[in-house]
Amino acid sequence: MTLLSLRGISREVVLPDGGVLPILTGVDLEVAAGEHVAVVGRSGSGKSTLLNILGLLDTPTGGEYLLDGEPTGALRARRRARLRGEVFGFVFQQFNLLPRRTAEENVAAPLLYARGRDVLRRRATARAMLDRVGLGARTDMVPERLSGGEQQRVAIARALVRAPRVVLADEPTGALDVETGAQVMALLAGAAAAGGAALVTITHDQNVARLADRRYRLDAGRLTPLADAAAPVPEAAR
Amino acid sequence: MTPVLATLAEAWSEVRVHKARVVLSLVGVFLAVFAMTTVTALGLIVAQVQQEQGERYGGRPATVAVTAYDPQTGMPPAAGEWDAAVTDLTGRYGITGTASIAHEETRFRLPGGTRSVQTRRVSPSYGPLHRVEPVEGRWLREGDRDSLAPAVVVNEAFLGALGVPDLSTRPTVVISGSRPVRAAIVGVVREGHGEELLAYRVDRSAGPWDEPGPADPAAMAHGSSTLELWVPPEQADEVMAVVANDLGLALGGAQVDAYRQDSEGLEETLGLLRLAIRGAGTVVLVLGGLGVLNIGLVTVRQRIREIGVRRSFGATSSRIFSAIMLESVCATFMAGLGAVALSVVLVRSLPLESLLNGGVPLADTPGFPVAAAVEGLVAATAVGALAGLLPAVIAVRARVIDAIRF
Repeated sequence: MTLLSLRGISREVVLPDGGVLPILTGVDLEVAAGEHVAVVGRSGSGKSTLLNILGLLDTPTGGEYLLDGEPTGALRARRRARLRGEVFGFVFQQFNLLPRRTAEENVAAPLLYARGRDVLRRRATARAMLDRVGLGARTDMVPERLSGGEQQRVAIARALVRAPRVVLADEPTGALDVETGAQVMALLAGAAAAGGAALVTITHDQNVARLADRRYRLDAGRLTPLADAAAPVPEAAR
Repeated sequence: MTPVLATLAEAWSEVRVHKARVVLSLVGVFLAVFAMTTVTALGLIVAQVQQEQGERYGGRPATVAVTAYDPQTGMPPAAGEWDAAVTDLTGRYGITGTASIAHEETRFRLPGGTRSVQTRRVSPSYGPLHRVEPVEGRWLREGDRDSLAPAVVVNEAFLGALGVPDLSTRPTVVISGSRPVRAAIVGVVREGHGEELLAYRVDRSAGPWDEPGPADPAAMAHGSSTLELWVPPEQADEVMAVVANDLGLALGGAQVDAYRQDSEGLEETLGLLRLAIRGAGTVVLVLGGLGVLNIGLVTVRQRIREIGVRRSFGATSSRIFSAIMLESVCATFMAGLGAVALSVVLVRSLPLESLLNGGVPLADTPGFPVAAAVEGLVAATAVGALAGLLPAVIAVRARVIDAIRF
C-alpha cells in the first residue's frame, strides 16, 4: 500500500532580485509501507528540499503530496506538526542530539510530544529503545562523551522511539568512518524493517544506497529511477 | 492533561540542563524580588506599627471625643446628669464602642515621699480602643470597679520609683488624700518620657475612695471627663453633629464639643508610604527582569537548532512558545520562591518591637505580610513571563528547515 505519494511536486524560491529559482521540478515518488528507498544526488540537487517536503517540514509550490492517501497541501500547521511527530522519524547527518542531555533524555524527547501513557512512560520506553540499538549500558551518557557511531545510534533510537511509519535519514553515515557507517546503516535498516517502517535515505555512499529496495537519482531538481538496484551508483549522481 | 505535564517537564528539563545560565540570569531577579518583598514587608509592618502608635494616643479610626462644660462657669456637668445623657445617646444610636478618660493628679506614697502623679481615670474599654498592651500584668477591667482595693496600672518609671522590679511580689501603693487607701498594682505599661510617672485607674468605682467630694481645682486644671465614641469613619462627621446637638439639649444648654481624635490623615500618609515602597520595588524588579530578558534573547538564538530538532519531533508552534515561556517562568518562580523564603526568614528574625516600637508590645504582632509574599511570587512569575515572551516569539518565528539544516 502506498504510504507517501509525490505527484508532479515542484519547489521554487523567489530570489531577492525577483527571479525564480526552481529547486525541484515535477518530482514523482511513491513509497510503500516498510519499503526502503534511497535517493542519491549531488550537493545542491534538491535532496534536502525533497526530504523536507516528505517530512512535512516544507511545502511544495506545485504538485500534490498525499500522505496515506490524504492530500497534505491544505493541512493546518498544527495538524502537520502532529503528523510529523506521529508518522516520521528523522535521522540527521550531524546527529542533532540535544546537548547536555543524556542518551536516555535524548531518546525520550520525542515522546514529550506524544499523548497519554507514552508521555508518562517515556523514560522506560527510551531505555528499551537504547537497549535495542546496543546502548543499554550508556543511557546516562551525554552526547559529548559518546563516539560518533554511538551518537548516531542514539539518533536512530530517537527516530524510532515513537514507532514511526517512515524514517527519513539524511546522510546517516556522512559523519562516520566506513566501518562504523556500515554498522550504523545496517542497524538503521534492520530497526526500521523490524518496526515495519518505510526508510527513505539520502546518501552519497554507494554501499548505503545499495541496501535500498529502490534507488533514485536527483539531478537539477529532477528525480529519475535507477533501474538496477544492484548496479553501482553512477559517478554523476554522487 | 499530559500535554501540560509534558510542557512542564520540558521546561523544567531546560532549566535543569542550563543551570549556570539560569542561575546567572536569575541573580538579578532573586535580588530584586528579595529586595522588593523585604522592603514591602517591612513597609507594611512599619505602617502597622505607625497605625498602632497613632491609635494608642488618638484611638482607632474613627474615635470621636466629646467634652461638655457649662459655658458660664466652665464646670463639667454633674456626673449623674452626664451619665444619663450619654447612656441615652449611645442607646439611641446603637453606639457600642465607648470609653471615657479624665486626667487628674493623684498623690501616691512612694519610698522617696509622697508624689503627685498624672493619672488617667479611664473606663476599662479605653484599653482595647487605644490598643494599650501592658508589658506585664493586665489591663483594667470592669470587675475592678467593685474591688475592695483600687486597681492601678502604672508605667515602668512608677514601678522603679516604688522600688520593685516587677509584679511578682504583688506590689501595692498607698493613694493619699482625705481617705488614704492601699491600691494594688495590676499592670505595667511602657509609656511616658524619661522619669515621668504615669498611672491608670478606672474612671469610677463603688469604693469609698471614689465617693464624690468637693470639686478638686487640680483635677479641673487637667480638664474634665472626655467621652470617646468609636464609630465608622464614614459616619464620623454625622455623629459629631448629632452628638453635639443631642447632648447639648440633654444637658440643658451645656457647651458640647465633639471632634475627631484619631489620626485622620494617617491612612493617607501610610497609603503614600506603601505606594512609594511598591514603586521602588517595581523599579528594582524591572531592572532584574531586563537581565533575564537579555540572557534569554542571547540564548534563544543559540538554541534555534535545538528548537528545529524539536519541531521535527512534532512540536507545534504553541508548544515551542509555551515551553520557552514556561522555562522562563519556572526559573523566575523558583528564584522568587527562594527570595521570598529568605525575606521571610530575615524579617521574622528582626526584633521588630524593639526596633520599631520602643520595646512596647504590639497589640497585633505583625507576622510576615502574606500580601508581600504573594506580591513577590506574582512579580517574579510576571517578570519570567514578560522576559520569556520575546525569546518565545523569536523561537516560534524561526524557520524549521533553516534551524535543522539537513
